[in-house]
Amino acid sequence: MTIKEYLKKFEEGDERALSKIITIIENGYEESKEILEYIGKRTGKAYRIGITGPQGSGKSTLIAKLAKRLLSKFKEIGIIACDPSSPFSFGALLGDRIRMNELFLEKGIFIRSMATRGSLNGLAYKTKEVADILDAFGKEIIIIETIGVGQVEVEISNLVDTTIVVFVPESGDGIQVLKAGLTEIGDIFVVNKSDRIGADILFYELKNLIEMSYQNSKWKPPVILTQAVNNYGIEELEKEIINHYNYLIENNLLEEKRKKAVIRELVNNFENEILKILWQSERVKKLFEKVVEEVWEKKITIEEGVKKLIKEVKYVK
Amino acid sequence: MEKKKIKILIAKPGLDGHDRGAKVVARGLRDAGFEVIYTGLHQTPEMIVNTAIQEDVDIIGLSILSGAHMTIFPEVLRLLKEKGATDIHLFGGGIIPDEDKEKLYQMGVGKLFDPGTKISEIVEYINNLFKEKVSE
Amino acid sequence: MSNKDWEELEEAYKKWEEMVKDLPECTLPSFSTISNIPVKKVYTPLDIKNFDYLRDLGFPGEYPFTRGIRHTMYRGRLWTMRQFSGFGTAEDTNKRFKFLLSHGETGLSVAFDYPTLLGRDSDDPMARGEVGVCGVAISSLRDMEILFDGIPLDTVSTSMTINGPAAVIWAFYLLTGEKQGVPFYKLRGTIQNDILKEYIAQKSYIFPPEPSLRIIVDIMEFASKEVPKWNTISISGYHIREAGSTAVQELAFTLMDGFTYVEEGIKRGLDVDTFAPRLSFFFNAHLDFFEEIAKFRAARRIWAREMKNRYGAKKKESLLLRFHTQTAGCSLTAQQPENNIIRTAYEALAAVLGGTQSLHTNSMDEAWALPTEKAVLIALRTQQILAYEIGVTNVIDPLGGSYYVEYLTNKLEEEAYRYFEKIEKMGGMVAAIKAGFPQREIAEAAYRYQKEIEEKKRIIVGVNEFVLENEKIEIPLLKIDPEVERRQIERLHKLRRERDNIVCERKLKELKMAARSNENIMYPILECARVYCTLGEIINALKEVFGEYKEEAFF
Repeated sequence: MTIKEYLKKFEEGDERALSKIITIIENGYEESKEILEYIGKRTGKAYRIGITGPQGSGKSTLIAKLAKRLLSKFKEIGIIACDPSSPFSFGALLGDRIRMNELFLEKGIFIRSMATRGSLNGLAYKTKEVADILDAFGKEIIIIETIGVGQVEVEISNLVDTTIVVFVPESGDGIQVLKAGLTEIGDIFVVNKSDRIGADILFYELKNLIEMSYQNSKWKPPVILTQAVNNYGIEELEKEIINHYNYLIENNLLEEKRKKAVIRELVNNFENEILKILWQSERVKKLFEKVVEEVWEKKITIEEGVKKLIKEVKYVK
Repeated sequence: MEKKKIKILIAKPGLDGHDRGAKVVARGLRDAGFEVIYTGLHQTPEMIVNTAIQEDVDIIGLSILSGAHMTIFPEVLRLLKEKGATDIHLFGGGIIPDEDKEKLYQMGVGKLFDPGTKISEIVEYINNLFKEKVSE
Repeated sequence: MSNKDWEELEEAYKKWEEMVKDLPECTLPSFSTISNIPVKKVYTPLDIKNFDYLRDLGFPGEYPFTRGIRHTMYRGRLWTMRQFSGFGTAEDTNKRFKFLLSHGETGLSVAFDYPTLLGRDSDDPMARGEVGVCGVAISSLRDMEILFDGIPLDTVSTSMTINGPAAVIWAFYLLTGEKQGVPFYKLRGTIQNDILKEYIAQKSYIFPPEPSLRIIVDIMEFASKEVPKWNTISISGYHIREAGSTAVQELAFTLMDGFTYVEEGIKRGLDVDTFAPRLSFFFNAHLDFFEEIAKFRAARRIWAREMKNRYGAKKKESLLLRFHTQTAGCSLTAQQPENNIIRTAYEALAAVLGGTQSLHTNSMDEAWALPTEKAVLIALRTQQILAYEIGVTNVIDPLGGSYYVEYLTNKLEEEAYRYFEKIEKMGGMVAAIKAGFPQREIAEAAYRYQKEIEEKKRIIVGVNEFVLENEKIEIPLLKIDPEVERRQIERLHKLRRERDNIVCERKLKELKMAARSNENIMYPILECARVYCTLGEIINALKEVFGEYKEEAFF
């Protein structure tokens, strides 16, 4: 099938075409450009929810239950589940779907697992693009799950409208939570597996922490107790997501937030491109090697070397 | 340009819960550099095919030890056909007598591995299938 | 031995070690048990320095029962030769039972098909293609009546491998006895009823752990009053091992499961001595001969000690770890299947030297399909040769006192206690299971074992060495007629037409009410079974109350 045919099928709502198009983007095939042009004009309708939190916090189960609930209000839901690639074999074992079994036969739900393939921010490289594709396809809600290995996964908050941060009693004390840098990005906090010992302590610690860090903010992130396996607390989670959505709308923040994300992406890509252009320049490369030697032989300092290189930049076309 | 990653769905259909083989194979394939989707136990053919399509996998591997292979393999093939996804390969492993294997091969099922197969043999089989795709 | 004697021995050993250390070793790249316990060239008294005969071994039939649970062991009574069987419809299996009984088998053991194991009727959509395939399909009391037709239940003991729906299947059996005129108290047998290992390994669970444990305690309580000769739980390491665990993990997780059941019973307020004597065990006999023997011996010693010291059991019967053994299904190879006869024989020998109370020997063709009559007969003959021809039954625990075996027994015990400690820190076995701990440990061991085989660190004859090119399998295989499914469904539909459906509905409603209260659930289950409510109907009613368990996959 040609790319035109795929896009036509995509427009007709064909899941297989959607799936194939995601694959093209994920692998960076040459048709990507054409697809992204097509997709770019059609995004902006879907509401995006991000779910992050440490491994084993029950993110996938939470998503399964949440999606099931949301199905009574929305017909079309897309889910992106990120899992880490092995740094040794570059393979990946994508197991998030196991906990979403109950969604496999739900019409309107599309789940895609993505391996990080070396990306280090908790998301797969093309997560944003795949979310755009789902958006253009007509998904009303898109839920993105980070890998959750414990490091700071703040990137997610730039991709979505509402960020949910999930903890479990085992996640450790409040200090640990602060360190993880996750309190700053959450719009909603969840203490999952709340039947386990230590859940109430974590709950109050989180509440205090958030009250302190959000003193001057209009939006005070709620903390919710859930037991995803038993479907407990999911209703409240849904309610808070809607509250957050209303808050963004009423304060004209949704557009602002999304615009910020666009700016960020533009800056990132711009910077990356510039770097690429710079390093492709033979003159820069030659000068760089020279500077390295000079610094190594202690003829000049690093700072002086940088200055020399900057001077060269303006000759790059 | 990045190389195409081969995506594999490893599924355990039916009621049988012996997932030792499926899990060992899933892990082994990961360690061989593939991206492997594992969906857990008790999958119906519909669930398997839906997953395969959404994930756009290149190949499905079914682990069947319960003797239900003559029901499940043909049903998965039928659904793949129905959904226009015949480009997705189907292979499997488990306790499948030669006679049944022959019948399944004729229907279009790919290689069926016996108990005791080395993971490296499965890796080799998959790599051979997708030789062109990988060197793209 | 005096200090001087020890010193002399130590010196002599060192000397010998020095002498042989550079001699080439050839057979394997590394020397360790299947559980990866490294093994030395030779064992001496130095390896069991703190050995105390009376404390560590004692005499057969005496605490701590390391040497066996009976005073006379096989000189008094041989083990029960019990071949697990079941396939097709109840009629087919009934025929196989009669065949086995007529060839000298002394106990029956029922294998159920997957739908039955998961509490589903034969006409359940998920059952398609699996009815009667891996065992016999039993959807109602009617099927059970046919299964034991012409077999007086007061003359046999019957073991049933059933877990999630154990209460229901047991009710079918009890009522079958009743219909034959055999009262409950005369019935002898075992239901596996070990739900914890289902979450850990075999995955035939239905309800979440808490209600499952409640049902199990209900069964223990019911049996202690009404069916006193029945073994209410067969705490099983077999499946844990089949899922890829090491011998140490099998030992540790199984005993830990056992302790959990004991604690649940005590929590209910039952006197430990009323139910503990009816707990039995079920272990795997794998290929590593000495390690397996050590495992059985260590299991007996640990169980007796903990039952006595930790749970305060007073009766001797409560301290005895009685066990059934099955040779390792996972050690059978699809390649050169006849070789499996030999593997099974060695494994069976380990079970007998380990003091098993009953034994199932696998048939050579089981890597391929359910066994044929011929293959089952060879498997049974293997046991009979062991029992009557080679003299191993003459002396009790003949390996007791072997430096190596005693060392390994201690070592396995030590490693098991290490696991107990870890699991207790997690908050007990149920918490550990929910966190995926035993599952992960087993998955890891299974993967390591597979890699060892691929890298030829372990040799499996016919699989990674001594392979036959273009091997043709020449054993006849038992095939299940697809007609079985159709006939079974037909019978089920007929049953639903003929029974009193109004009574059935009422009984099911009563069952749900009982499930919501804390009344013993066995009584309403018997009521349902008696009016021919089906397995699926009863289980579904309970699912409404208890919910269903969903597992995460742990790699």
